[in-house]
Amino acid sequence: MKFSLSWLKTYLDTDATIDEIVAKLNAIGLEVDTVENPADRLAPFTVAEVLAAEKHPDADKLKVCRVSDGTNEMQIVCGAPNARTGIKVVLGQPGDYVPGIDVTLKKATIRGVESNGMMCSYRELELGDDHDGIIELEDDAVVGSSFVEHAKLDDPVVDIEITPNRQDCLGVYGIARDLATAGLGTLKPVAEARVEGSFDSDVSVSIDDALVENGACSVFFGRKFTGVENGESPKWLQDRLTSIGLRPISTLVDITNFITHDLGRPLHVYDAKKLSGNIRVRVAEAGETFLALDDKEYTTAGGETMIADDAGVLGFGGIIGGDASGCQLDTTEVVLECALFDRIKTAESGRKHGINSDARYRFERGVDSLFAQQGFEIASQMILDLCGGTPSHGFKAGAVPAWDKTVSFRPERVRTLGGLDLPADECVRILESLGFEVSGDAPFVVNVPSWRVDIDGEADLVEEVLRIHGYDDIPSVQLPVIDHKAGLTLSPRQKRSRAVKRQLASAGLYEVMTWSFMRRDHAALFGGGDDALVVDNPISSELDCMRPSILPNLMQAAQRNKDRGLDGIALFEVGPVYADDSEKGQSLVAAGLRAGMNGARHWAAKQAAVDVFDAKRDAIAALAAAGAPVANLQVFAEAPDWFHPGRSGTLRLGPKNILASFGELHPAVLKGMDVDGPMVGFEVNLDAIPSRAKKSATKGALEMSNLQSVERDFAFLIDRNVPVANLVRAAKGADKAHIVDVQVFDVYEGQGVPEGQRSIAISAMLEPKAETFSDKQIEEISTKICAAAEKAVGAILRS
Amino acid sequence: MQDQIDSLKADISAQIEAADSMNALEDVRVGALGKKGSVSGLMKGLGGMSPDERKVMGPALNGLKTDVADAIAARKTVLEAAELEKRLAEERVDVTLPVVEHPAGSIHPNSQVMDEIAEIFASLGFDVAEGPDIESDFNNFTALNIPEEHPARQDHDTFYLKPDADGNRKVLRTHTSPVQIRTMMSKEPPIRIIAPGRTYRSDSDATHTPMFHQVEGLVIDKDTHLGHLKGTLEAFLKAFFEVDAVTLRLRPSYFPFTEPSMEVDVQCSFEGGSVKIGDGNDWLEILGSGMVNPRVLENCNLDPTIYQGFAFGCGIDRLAMLKYGMNDLRAFFDGDLRWLRHYGFRALDLPTLAGGLSR
Repeated sequence: MKFSLSWLKTYLDTDATIDEIVAKLNAIGLEVDTVENPADRLAPFTVAEVLAAEKHPDADKLKVCRVSDGTNEMQIVCGAPNARTGIKVVLGQPGDYVPGIDVTLKKATIRGVESNGMMCSYRELELGDDHDGIIELEDDAVVGSSFVEHAKLDDPVVDIEITPNRQDCLGVYGIARDLATAGLGTLKPVAEARVEGSFDSDVSVSIDDALVENGACSVFFGRKFTGVENGESPKWLQDRLTSIGLRPISTLVDITNFITHDLGRPLHVYDAKKLSGNIRVRVAEAGETFLALDDKEYTTAGGETMIADDAGVLGFGGIIGGDASGCQLDTTEVVLECALFDRIKTAESGRKHGINSDARYRFERGVDSLFAQQGFEIASQMILDLCGGTPSHGFKAGAVPAWDKTVSFRPERVRTLGGLDLPADECVRILESLGFEVSGDAPFVVNVPSWRVDIDGEADLVEEVLRIHGYDDIPSVQLPVIDHKAGLTLSPRQKRSRAVKRQLASAGLYEVMTWSFMRRDHAALFGGGDDALVVDNPISSELDCMRPSILPNLMQAAQRNKDRGLDGIALFEVGPVYADDSEKGQSLVAAGLRAGMNGARHWAAKQAAVDVFDAKRDAIAALAAAGAPVANLQVFAEAPDWFHPGRSGTLRLGPKNILASFGELHPAVLKGMDVDGPMVGFEVNLDAIPSRAKKSATKGALEMSNLQSVERDFAFLIDRNVPVANLVRAAKGADKAHIVDVQVFDVYEGQGVPEGQRSIAISAMLEPKAETFSDKQIEEISTKICAAAEKAVGAILRS
Repeated sequence: MQDQIDSLKADISAQIEAADSMNALEDVRVGALGKKGSVSGLMKGLGGMSPDERKVMGPALNGLKTDVADAIAARKTVLEAAELEKRLAEERVDVTLPVVEHPAGSIHPNSQVMDEIAEIFASLGFDVAEGPDIESDFNNFTALNIPEEHPARQDHDTFYLKPDADGNRKVLRTHTSPVQIRTMMSKEPPIRIIAPGRTYRSDSDATHTPMFHQVEGLVIDKDTHLGHLKGTLEAFLKAFFEVDAVTLRLRPSYFPFTEPSMEVDVQCSFEGGSVKIGDGNDWLEILGSGMVNPRVLENCNLDPTIYQGFAFGCGIDRLAMLKYGMNDLRAFFDGDLRWLRHYGFRALDLPTLAGGLSR
């Protein structure tokens, strides 16, 4: 919402400076976006006179002008067709900045003739679109005077962001009312107007019952004028409109635009001669088309509130009028419309057709219903004043809806809700100044004015009082201390997430955060891409589907790093993945990815490419950090399809509960995503980890034997396809009382080992219970291990 | 005889002195004290001596033996020391060589900031609540007093999922405020929560990304008012930015779910291209807040004549940018290792109130 200071002052009697006004606007919730004063950028330009204009010796379209600024004469080469002797012009001299063309003037030689400045057009000074020639000032303009003073341009323009609730401030008058209440001046009343018609209009209006009943268009005031003289509007009106960036069109149209911005009251004018029959407000059918005033053709979807005549569409009610019935400079008969359209319906239709008009903007925020008739009369009077003609009696369809809204108000709520102790009479003063009627004793009965459609209840009145008084006086108060048990701030899930992040970062992975959405075809590679998870209005086709997995994002991030020349990439993310669009379909996953070599080349360490076991190690570390019982995990050599089938696995608690998967990414998936492998990754489902029932902080007693433990090594031959885990499990289970740990320390196949077999060396840690092992006892346990290994996996002890 | 002993002693002493290795010294020892050694040979002669001779020669020979043994031991110490010296010299390495460093990853600044925020609000008695990213229209809008076709909805640039069979579209939550609704629907007041999480809006430039992070705050009880909101935000911002004091400016604004509503600015300075929170002549808009709208309480089945409270919402990424000096939000989500190394935090940099929030 833009307005100029001079415009504001038509309603606000104030001595306040622009800075004071801006500060107050911000303080009362009318946030100032920009303040611009044309005088600032046009200060150097002066009024000058063309003393002589002669054709340029070497150019047909150029003229060599002798120009006087009152003190000096200078020669200027000018290309404007209207440059001629005797006219008063706007002069810029070398060193002056011309904003419209972004040029700082300097002396120049144009086709061999010296030129010492520029006579400017409106467009060059950013005062309008006119660029047909240079500005011709009035004859009485004083040569040598400041152009800014002459044109009264010293008038700052303020642009404020009006929050959606403050429709009343979408007119200059409403802003003045707020400022006056906040102590910045006195509000001047809106002019009264009452136009007496002299004939009955031959055009009438009707509103279809359905639209009256559902409030889509509750009332339509109309009046016909004959014998009007349209043409260009007077300069003061043009200046008002151009000051806020609107283009003057014709007097009739300018009047409607002016009142829209002056009083927040949208209007429309039809060229009566172009109407066919009567005006009817009806529901649009699907497929009706019309060319609107924005030069675009619209086809109705059906259901819009439509203004029509016998011949067809006149426009979308409350949004935009049609071109065919629009007023032209030569219009002589006009019908004025002042109607009330429903907020929701207007918003819906406007959004559907992508029309952002000043009328829609106001109607969808709720135009003052009780002001409809006064606005209508003000507009009528203005047409008569500026265009002459003869007015008809007003005609009308529907009725202004009743407005009777009261809110009960306890002034102490300003303290108990707003935290500020303010006397009741000050609260009442503020409300009354804003147009509320306060009656009775506390709790007061407050009548809400019809322009404050946003006021809903007592809290709104507290806000009105507070914002006008100012929030600065509200004292800071600490919340009372409450009984809050330590450690309960975070949920178990949040604690897991934290622990896993810290663990993975310590293990050398870098935490990233990536989009929750990704390309649908990439999602499909990871088991996703369902219709239910496709974003209907994605910001790009690269981000059109909720992710089923974090891995693809990590792969792409890794590739971007590779493309930058980095190696040894290790990334992780803890975040959501989506199986469906329900709340339960979202789960918290920790995923990590490694690519390239493990570590940089180093004199003291052998560099190796990352492999599946790195991913497995990361997954187990993450699970351990999350509190999963890692000792009980079972490793299955089956993993989701996006992993290499022979180099991947899952970690489970029992056969059903899959906590994690890991592996080398499938070459086809790498190719499908256009990334370079090999890459290895893991995914841990943090929500699948069973929560531990923590009963007490104590860890239980520690039992430590003083007896000497014994380590025994075994080398077994097993079939190549037998999982080593089975051998280890068998060995561990051979004598649970004494075997406390079994480690694999060598895996070998090749020379010396029969084809199709592997040699697995394990070391068993034996711990005596009652007394130190005898050789015989050790021998017995060893025999048990060999027997168990043979029984379970057909292992043969190598001799 | 004594002469012989003296001569032998001198002889052996010379040999010991001459021995330049442990092996050579051992040869000397065997040559002197071994079974067939020179000293042992003389000792054997004791048996054939008269008791008187033995009385004299016995101690003399034993003295010789002891002297020789001592000399050998002394020489051995010297030789060992020399040998050790030599070995140590040989074992010298170039300690300026670089080591294989322990692997070091990093924690994303957003995670760090979320941990910081949780830490501060834990001390104020808040819990951390959560909600899903894919929300119902009701929780994201309607319950928050933003009905269909409300102009405020248009400000949200909402992402929608494809409509289901009934034509309903789920939304990607545009703010963390739906967690307010979920909390109030499921928990009796008093309520004190913060709700950090991912939020989504169709927007993209240096300070806007289609996904970003917010933290919501909600306090509901019977007598919490705007002064408490101001006090809480001051306490939070002071702790977060680790300054002695902050000055807040509340500007009236509008959010459908709060009434009264306000934007909160914090006093700051923009000197030398970086923001300094706490003092200065400028103001920085930092969050939106207000008293929970009675309509929202009603929508959550809480009686607004009994309960009231405040809510606020703040960009986590924005807080991180302000505190740690990043200027492009897009980099937060790019996964560039160079950025992560520079702006990330060590795994052990756990923010605590006792130990400080930032390093």
